[in-house]
Amino acid sequence: MNDYLLLFIGAVIVNNFVLTRFLGLCIFFGVSKNLKASVGMGMAVTSVIFISSIFAYGVYNFILVPLHVTFLTTIVFVLLIASFVQLLEMVIRRYLPALYKMWGIYLLLIATNCVVLAVPLINIESNFSFAKSLVNALGSGVGFAVAIILMASLREKLRLAEVPKPLEGLGIAFIVAGFLSLSFFGFSGMIK
Amino acid sequence: MGTVLSIVVVLGLVGAFFGLILALANKKLAVELNPLIHLVEDVLPKGQCGACGFAGCMAYAEAVVLNKEVSPDLCIPGKKAVAQKVADLTGKKSLEVEPRIAYLKCSNPIATASKKYFYSGIQDCVAENLLHFGQKECRYGCIGLGTCVKQCVFEAIQLNELGLPVIDSAKCTGCGKCADACPKKIIQMIPPDAHVSVACNSLDKGAVARKACSIACIGCGLCKKQCPYEAIELKNNLAWVNSQICIEKCTQAVCLDKCPTKAIKSCLNKVAKGLAI
Repeated sequence: MNDYLLLFIGAVIVNNFVLTRFLGLCIFFGVSKNLKASVGMGMAVTSVIFISSIFAYGVYNFILVPLHVTFLTTIVFVLLIASFVQLLEMVIRRYLPALYKMWGIYLLLIATNCVVLAVPLINIESNFSFAKSLVNALGSGVGFAVAIILMASLREKLRLAEVPKPLEGLGIAFIVAGFLSLSFFGFSGMIK
Repeated sequence: MGTVLSIVVVLGLVGAFFGLILALANKKLAVELNPLIHLVEDVLPKGQCGACGFAGCMAYAEAVVLNKEVSPDLCIPGKKAVAQKVADLTGKKSLEVEPRIAYLKCSNPIATASKKYFYSGIQDCVAENLLHFGQKECRYGCIGLGTCVKQCVFEAIQLNELGLPVIDSAKCTGCGKCADACPKKIIQMIPPDAHVSVACNSLDKGAVARKACSIACIGCGLCKKQCPYEAIELKNNLAWVNSQICIEKCTQAVCLDKCPTKAIKSCLNKVAKGLAI
C-alpha cells in the first residue's frame, strides 16, 4: 500500500510531467489562460491518460511481447492513443452531452500529446505491474492537472499586473512557468 | 525478412483493427445535428459578442433553431438583414431590430480633468472606481483606463492620446458590451442617426458639477426651454435627449448654441460620414 501511495505522490509532485520532465508544454501554455478551461483540460488529460494506460498495458503484454515486436511499442501506442481519443470523443458526444460541452474540444487537442504517450511508455520501461501502472497513470494525470491549474491561476493574476512591454503575453508566461518549475524541483529526491 | 514481415503484419492488423472500430463507432454513435443550425450559424456575424444573451453565435444558432420561444431577431450586430435571414431559415417572425450605437456620455479626458489624487494601481476602470470612485474630481466621469476598449470584439473603441475612448461609429455594431462593462455606466446606446446628445453623465447639482468639470451639464434647463418639440427632459440635474422625437421633428438644433457649458453636442454629421463620435 505504501508503495502505491509513494508512487502516486511521486507522480503528482516529484516527477511532475510538466514541471520537472517538461512534457506536454504546448497545452500547458495554450490552455492555461483561464482557470475554467484549465480545469476541463486537466480532467480530460487525466482520464485519457488513465484509460489509455489500461489499453496500452493490454496491447503490450498480450500482443507485442508474445509476437516479439516490442520495438514497435512507440508507434503502436501512437496509433492506439490517437484512435482511442477519437473513440472517446464519439462516445462522450453521444452519451454524455453535458460532459462533451465541458471538455469535448480539449479531447481532440490531446490526441497526439506527448504526456499521454509518455505515461504508458514509462510504465512499460519501468516494468510496472498492472496496478502500479494504473496508479502511475492516475498520478501523472493529476500532476498535469495540478500544474495547469496552478499556472492558470497565476496567469489570471498576471493579467492585472503591469508587465514590461517586451515580455507581455507568452514571454512572462514562460518566466512564470520557469519559477514554478524551479519550486517543483525542490521536491526532487524526496521520493526515489 | 521475418522482422519486416512481422512489422507489416502487426502494424497492419493493429491499424486495421482500430480503423474498423472507429468506422463502426462513427456509424453507431453518430450524433444527428440539425443541419439548419449550421445554416443559421453561417448567417450570423460570428463576433461571438454575446449581445443576444447566449454564449456565442453557435449557441444562439442552436437555441433559435431548437427552441420555439427564442426570437430570431436577437442578434444586434447583425441588424435587420441578419434577423430577416434567421427568421426565413427558422420560419419565425422577425420584429424590428432597432439599430443603435455606443455613445460616450463624457467629453473631459482624464489628462485634462481635475483630479482628487494620483492613481497608480491596477490599470483597469473597475479597479480604479473602487478607490473613491476614481481619481477624477467628477465621480460620474470617464475613468479612461479602457475597460470598454478591451470588451469590444469589433475593435470599434480606441483610447485617444488624452485617454478618452473614441467610438468608431462605422465599426460599432451596437452590441452594448462596452456599456455593460463600464463601471460608471457612462456609455449610452443611441440611434445611429441621432442629432444631438448630452456628453455628460454628472448627476451633481450645477455648482458642484461645474467646479469638477468645465464642460459638465449643470442641469440649468436652458436646452429644455429652447427645444420647441419638448425632446429634452431634465432628470436628476442632467438633460436627456429623446432621440426619437429629435430625429423626427428637429431641423435646426437650437439647443447646441444655447448650452452654456457646451455639454450638449451634435453627433449628426460625424455619424453620417461614419466618423468617430
